[in-house]
Amino acid sequence: MKFNRLVLACAAGLALCSVTARAQLTVEITGAGANRLPVAIADFTGERIVAQALASVVRADLERSGLFRLVDAGAALADSATPPFEDLKTRGADAVVGGSVVPGADGRYETRVRLSDVPKQAVLGNPAYLHSGAQLRATAHRIADFIYEKLTGEPGVFSTRIAYVVKSTGRYELKIADADGANDQAALASREPIISPAWSPDGTKLAYVSFEAKKPVVYVHDLASGRRHVAANFKGSNSAPAWSPDGKQLAVVLTKDGGSQLYVVNADGSGVTRIATSSGIDTEPRWSPDAHFIYFTSDRGGSPQIYRIASSGAGLGNPAERVTFEGSYNVTPRPSPDGKSLAFVARNGNGRFQLALMDLATKQIQILTDSAKDESPSFAPNGRMILYATEIGGRGVLAAVSSDGRVKQKLSVQAADVREPAWGPLVR
Amino acid sequence: MRTPLLALPLLSALTLLLAACGSQPPAPEQAASGVESRTPGAVAVESAPVTQVKPEAFDAGSIAALKDPRSPLSKRSVYFDYDSYVVKDEFQSLLTAHGKFLSANRKMKMLIQGNADERGSREYNLALGQKRAEAVKKALALLGAREDQIEAVSLGEEKPACTESGEECWAKNRRGEMLYTGEF
Repeated sequence: MKFNRLVLACAAGLALCSVTARAQLTVEITGAGANRLPVAIADFTGERIVAQALASVVRADLERSGLFRLVDAGAALADSATPPFEDLKTRGADAVVGGSVVPGADGRYETRVRLSDVPKQAVLGNPAYLHSGAQLRATAHRIADFIYEKLTGEPGVFSTRIAYVVKSTGRYELKIADADGANDQAALASREPIISPAWSPDGTKLAYVSFEAKKPVVYVHDLASGRRHVAANFKGSNSAPAWSPDGKQLAVVLTKDGGSQLYVVNADGSGVTRIATSSGIDTEPRWSPDAHFIYFTSDRGGSPQIYRIASSGAGLGNPAERVTFEGSYNVTPRPSPDGKSLAFVARNGNGRFQLALMDLATKQIQILTDSAKDESPSFAPNGRMILYATEIGGRGVLAAVSSDGRVKQKLSVQAADVREPAWGPLVR
Repeated sequence: MRTPLLALPLLSALTLLLAACGSQPPAPEQAASGVESRTPGAVAVESAPVTQVKPEAFDAGSIAALKDPRSPLSKRSVYFDYDSYVVKDEFQSLLTAHGKFLSANRKMKMLIQGNADERGSREYNLALGQKRAEAVKKALALLGAREDQIEAVSLGEEKPACTESGEECWAKNRRGEMLYTGEF
């Protein structure tokens, strides 16, 4: 194509350009768990010295998870003070959190937290955090993660980030925000579509498909520097990037040999290898967390269904195993972080596209939503929630549902279409 | 990275860059042909017969024919049924015209963009659009176009011709679009 050089210049311009947010995602809770744990989060002593409240961010995180019921804690409670256990017991709290924010000499703060079991009147943990004023929200998310993990036994995901695409008139933005929708930043803005963002396992990069060259091309984008490189730009279309669990390779869909087929390339774009062959469509590859299998969508049996192939020794003679059998349209396979279940999108008898979850051991399927245009499911890294795109009132919104179908959230941006969500990995 | 002050000038530069990327050369204007009208002079010494200029017959193989609304070559869309990538019979004559044109004009290149309606997975729709583009490419190759003249790509459901929900609109979006050198 004769515009190649110009396209590269544009690409450089794009990568350098990062735009601050105008419209933030707002999260609305539309369903909660059946047995929510009653917990009291007191205001922290000294938190008024910093501009933003800290305890309120912790409370919002825990409440949004749908697993906790907030109990009024009364007055501010320092981490060193003994909580009013008898009073809290009467209010019905099972756990209580107190804390204090102390300014240090270097302009930073030390925040100390104490989590206690109310019936046992015992300390469950007392971590401390050193942070700047700008890191207050991030600290609050870490405190919420600590409380969540202590009380549920699973890691919390309040410190993670999400990526998504916002479409407004003639403009597409690839955005990164905190899991609660705050601090959104545009990593890329373009007049052409951007789809299929995928986080590298270490959370530093995104692979995605951009149409800025008038055809789909796969890029890998380093978030901290804003630099990016082409990972796959062969003749035809290049799409559906998925990271290998070790972050060294990408499974991609290329059409260079005719038809959409599965390949693996190194993350730097070198060393392309074909991993499966069919006469029809093969797309949407995803590695299982243990790296043993690659799940994908194929119409090789006459209708789009989900299959998997062994990733070790993958080659052209590698037989694929069919995974979905019910219905005539099952697409977008997403294995859960523990590898035990598979989220996907199923078209049901009445033409509705709904988020479904299969237990891979029993093959039992549960439909998790009652919407009609669900797309692009993405597991939270602890496997508890699934983020997906859907449509409400003709507008694209993001929604999240717990893997048991009970907790439901809606994430939307005023006056814009939001789509293509991807939940980032745990940050340690 | 937060660059609120830099964002605006950078953005406008970006817009210009992208505009440069996306711009297509303006279509060559067709010369209007027809009867020339002349006001006779006050003193008519000579009376010249008024000649009628006949409209030029277009050359079906010429590059100008690509933009000539009278030529089948100006039609570039092939439409498909839901979930299908089979080229319907009604598009055979259109594809024959384009196949012959490519065969006669070896320097011309074509980009075929396959498209899908909005229902279902974006990536699956991208693959479906690719199948449609390749079905068009295969038909053109059978009619004499060479492999290296044509690139088949997909825009999936991302570039709808019609943006409402409903079969009438969806049918317009399940299409293959043929673009020639200079148009992409």
